[in-house]
Order: sequence, then C-alpha cells, then structure tokens
Amino acid sequence: MATLKKLAGLPRSFALFWWDFVVGDDATLAIGVVAGLAAVALLHHAGQSAWWGLPVLWVIALGASLARAVRRGS
Amino acid sequence: MTAAFLFLAAFLACAVEAVEAATVVVAVGLTRSWSSSLRGVLLGVAALAAVVGALGPALTRVPLGPLRLVVGGLLLVFGLGWLRKAILRASGYKALHDEAAAFERQVARASGAPGERRGWMGGDSYAFTLAFKAVLLEGLEVAFIVLTFGANAHDVPLAALAAGAAIATVVGLAAIVRGPLSRVPENTIKFAVGVMLTSFGSFWGAEGAGARWPGSDASLAAIIPAVALLSLATVAYLRGVRQRSIDRSPTGAAA
Repeated sequence: MATLKKLAGLPRSFALFWWDFVVGDDATLAIGVVAGLAAVALLHHAGQSAWWGLPVLWVIALGASLARAVRRGS
Repeated sequence: MTAAFLFLAAFLACAVEAVEAATVVVAVGLTRSWSSSLRGVLLGVAALAAVVGALGPALTRVPLGPLRLVVGGLLLVFGLGWLRKAILRASGYKALHDEAAAFERQVARASGAPGERRGWMGGDSYAFTLAFKAVLLEGLEVAFIVLTFGANAHDVPLAALAAGAAIATVVGLAAIVRGPLSRVPENTIKFAVGVMLTSFGSFWGAEGAGARWPGSDASLAAIIPAVALLSLATVAYLRGVRQRSIDRSPTGAAA
C-alpha cells in the first residue's frame, strides 16, 4: 500500500521538480518571458519590427518581481 | 566573438555550480566518509553524462528556429532568475551567498545524521546520497546551459570544453583547500552569468519568435553591456532606496 502511494505521488513530484527547476522563486519572470515571446511573434506576423518586444517585457517583469521582493524585505 | 562569449558563459555558469556542489561533497567527505562521498560524485557525473549523451545529439538535429525559441525562452527565464537574486544580494535585500556558512551548516547536519551501511555506497548511505544529489542537481542546470548554448552556436564541443575546464579548476581548488571555497567571488560570478544568460536568451528567443536583431550576431556586443548597465543601475537605485528606508527608521537614525 505504501509502495502504491509512493508510485502514485511520483508524477506530482516529477512535475513539481521541473516547475521549481524552470520557474523557481517567482513565476512573474516566466510569465514575462512567455508574454514577450508572444508579443515578438505577433509583431513579426503583423510585418512590424519586433526585436524590442522581448526586452521590454522582461524588463517590466523583472522590475515587478524586484519590487515585490523589496516590499517583502523592507 | 560569439565563441569567446560562449566559452566564458559556459565556464562561469559551470564554475559557480561546481563550487556549490564541491562545498557539499567536501563537507560530507570530511565529516562522514570520503569513499561514499566520492562514489556519490561518480554516480552523479555518470547520470549527468547520460543526460548530455542522450540530449546533446538530439538537440543538434532540431531545426534552428524552434530550438532558438524554446531554448532562448528557457535561458532567459534562468538568466532573469539569476539576475534577480544577484541584484537583490548586491543591493542588500538578500543575504550574500556565503560558502563558508553553507559549509558549516552542512557539516553540522552531516555530523548528526544517521546513515545505513551499504557496501556498494562505500559504507555510508547518507554521504553517498547527499554527494550524488548535489552533483546531479547542481550539474543539471549547467548541462542544460552547456547543451543549449552549444547547440545554438553550433559548437557543443567548445561549450563542453569550457564546462570541463571549470570543473577541473574547481575540483583542483577543492582538493588543495579541502574546505569551503569561500574565496571564489561567487556572487560576482553569478551576476555575470545572469547578465550573459539574459543577453543570449533575449537574442535567441526573439530570433526564434521571428524577429531579426539590428546587426544580427553583432547586436550581442550591444545587448550584453546594455543588460549589465541596466542591472548595475538597478542595484544602485535599490541601494539608495534601502539606505533611505534605514535612515527613516528610528533604529537606523539612532545608529
């Protein structure tokens, strides 16, 4: 029974490990990166200059993440 | 130029993770069992080699566009995570990573922990497991960085060479010191790695999503200093905010 419970928990542990490995402490950064990549793809398909979209969105995401950490730390 | 950046980024990322793994391995080696600790290291290295061996050739066969989109995005997420921590540490909002303190904590935990005696683990399962986990977990991120940098730059051997050089340097230092590698400027290296990963991730991610950077590869020579300057400016700003907050507090003003 204990072995079955352990086996059933494996997929969850596996998913949690990869979530922690990739996303880490703050999901804001990952969300900013995904939004930035989507913005670049949309701008590119619309025939616009698109390279600036990713840096702008990750700067906003990093700023938001730092602001939250500072509020918690001060 | 890209080759030099590739080597530097892979070397620094690998060195900083190797320092953290070496701290754990030396601590359990000194307090528990060198034989078990080194067996754990060997198995960890073998597991990492299997991951690299399986993923390396597969990654080089993926078309460059999708590879850059996915890998650029992941590198950017990793890079921003490193940069965030480095900025918070440099501005005083997060304690600096201290290998000497980490070593002391590890020694205290290892000294009191029970361990089963299993022959193939070298006698001490606690030392074996801890060394194995340290090498595998610290190495996984490095393996990912090395593979993705190498695959994107079409030069996996150069990235692997940089990783090998970093590991050899850290292992050599750990063998000489036999203690925490506290003189390695780990926080500064982490800051530099964060800047490199963020820069390369921005470049490859945007190119993978269809954009073309002005000047193509040469734009990296502008992106890297821009990310570094932005990060340093953020550190200076946050230090000012923190100082003003300390000055305003009653205990800070008294001090």
